[in-house]
Amino acid sequence: MSETVIDIENAVVSYREDVALRGVSLKVKVGEFVGIIGPNGAGKTTLLTVVNGLGRLLSGRVKVLGHQLTPGNGHSLRKKVGYVAQVQTIDPRMPMNVREVVMIGRYGLLGLLGRPKRHDWEVVDEMLRLVGMSHLARRPIGHLSGGEQQRVAVARCLAQEPEIFLLDEPTASLDWKAQTDILELVKEIHGARNLTTLFVTHDLSCLPVACDRVVLMKEGQVCGEGTPVDQLTDENLSQLYDMPVSEVKKRRVESIPV
Amino acid sequence: MSIFEYQFMQNAILTAFLGGIACGSIGVFVVLMHMPFIGVCMSHAAFAGALLGLWLGFHPLIGAFALSLLAAAIVGPLADRGELSPETSVGVIFSLMLGLAFLFMGLMPGTKSGALELLWGSILTNTRADVIFLGVVAVLVTGLILLFYKEIQATIFHRGMALSVGIPATAILYGILFLTGATITVTLRSIGGILIFSLILNPAAAAYQLTYSMKRMFLLSAGFGMLSGWMGLLFSYLFNIPSGATIVVTSSVIFLLAAVFSPKRRVKGWRARPLAEASHD
Repeated sequence: MSETVIDIENAVVSYREDVALRGVSLKVKVGEFVGIIGPNGAGKTTLLTVVNGLGRLLSGRVKVLGHQLTPGNGHSLRKKVGYVAQVQTIDPRMPMNVREVVMIGRYGLLGLLGRPKRHDWEVVDEMLRLVGMSHLARRPIGHLSGGEQQRVAVARCLAQEPEIFLLDEPTASLDWKAQTDILELVKEIHGARNLTTLFVTHDLSCLPVACDRVVLMKEGQVCGEGTPVDQLTDENLSQLYDMPVSEVKKRRVESIPV
Repeated sequence: MSIFEYQFMQNAILTAFLGGIACGSIGVFVVLMHMPFIGVCMSHAAFAGALLGLWLGFHPLIGAFALSLLAAAIVGPLADRGELSPETSVGVIFSLMLGLAFLFMGLMPGTKSGALELLWGSILTNTRADVIFLGVVAVLVTGLILLFYKEIQATIFHRGMALSVGIPATAILYGILFLTGATITVTLRSIGGILIFSLILNPAAAAYQLTYSMKRMFLLSAGFGMLSGWMGLLFSYLFNIPSGATIVVTSSVIFLLAAVFSPKRRVKGWRARPLAEASHD
């Protein structure tokens, strides 16, 4: 029997006057690969921040890795949750190299006042090898392309030795090749480590085929959940994106499947 | 009798040394976290606070520290949220602080020599007590940077990311603002309220041109700060001109030299090779 690692019950989150999540419930089992899809502003990112303890719950209950989430205990939880965001703009002159940035992933584990030891650098180098970035290890981080930066972000996440892997539109603004490379990498990592993975995207073509389950989100609510084949029907997508079914059909035929 | 035997000169040399280290280190935060405006805002607030103290008769440094922290408390959250560009609000606070400073100066009865000293800066009138106070802050700044180097490094790199790996990045940010306020306060009278921010920004901006290592940037910046202080003091002594101004001008010259000889100006050349390499794999 597989154990539930993420258990969200009726979560409500609001930023100022906007309600970002309106009573979302979601259970994720260990090793599952869940894709979360929906239009911009559907509350997908907010859902991820609820899982890593950065989102503020107005009401509801969130249990992650056996810990009930309260405003105070987010720090210890976040050490076990890896988070890859969209491509960030990094100052090209930022005085840090790729290896140092990946090491940041281990800082939470090391704790306040802890110093990276040889073992930590070995882990960092191993993760850089895994994502195919060893040759750029000493390069200033700001000199990397978007795709390379996302590989580094994945390596940083893995250096954290997380139990949950959150990806928030990691392929947004990347070119097609970089997108498929990152998707392939995420799939490989999930396959090799059986890491519980939540993958958020607004772009259907970026949803990894490896998903066990997809969650459709719209206006802060879950509006569908199930296997990709069951859920990603033209009718569901037409509702999700407010588009006539004929238009959805047309666009899906035209788009290149990943 | 050599000039170095006068106590006022010894105090000035020590002030330049300690102030250079403290300001140089703080400057690295200001440059890498892209918050020069917050620094400007805090230093003018400190200036206004010191004048308020002079006017109402309490210790100027208390006023300086209180008002610079108040400014940090107002503009800090703007930078922290980071959703909108905070420049406009910071600009309003900055001009308000400068306005207050001149208002307090105008309201002050009698001679305004104390106020002018705060405006110009006078490193040569520092007392031993001033130097000790400055020493405490310099040790505090460098000690905390050494102790929490990895947390600081991660927070500087990306606050959101630092938070997501479990680093208390918000506390670190406010700690940095607090240290900035403390540094500005203890160097205010030596360098001058309007000039102090240059001694924070210029050495770090110069170091930023020269290295891709954050550790080296801290060391270079502290070194440039010290050098600016000493060279400025020397020129001030040789040509009998205001010390705060010579220190700041020296730090600007160091920045200009660093910018001209910066290896980072050839970023494009740097990039050409990695891209070629990347295409092979």
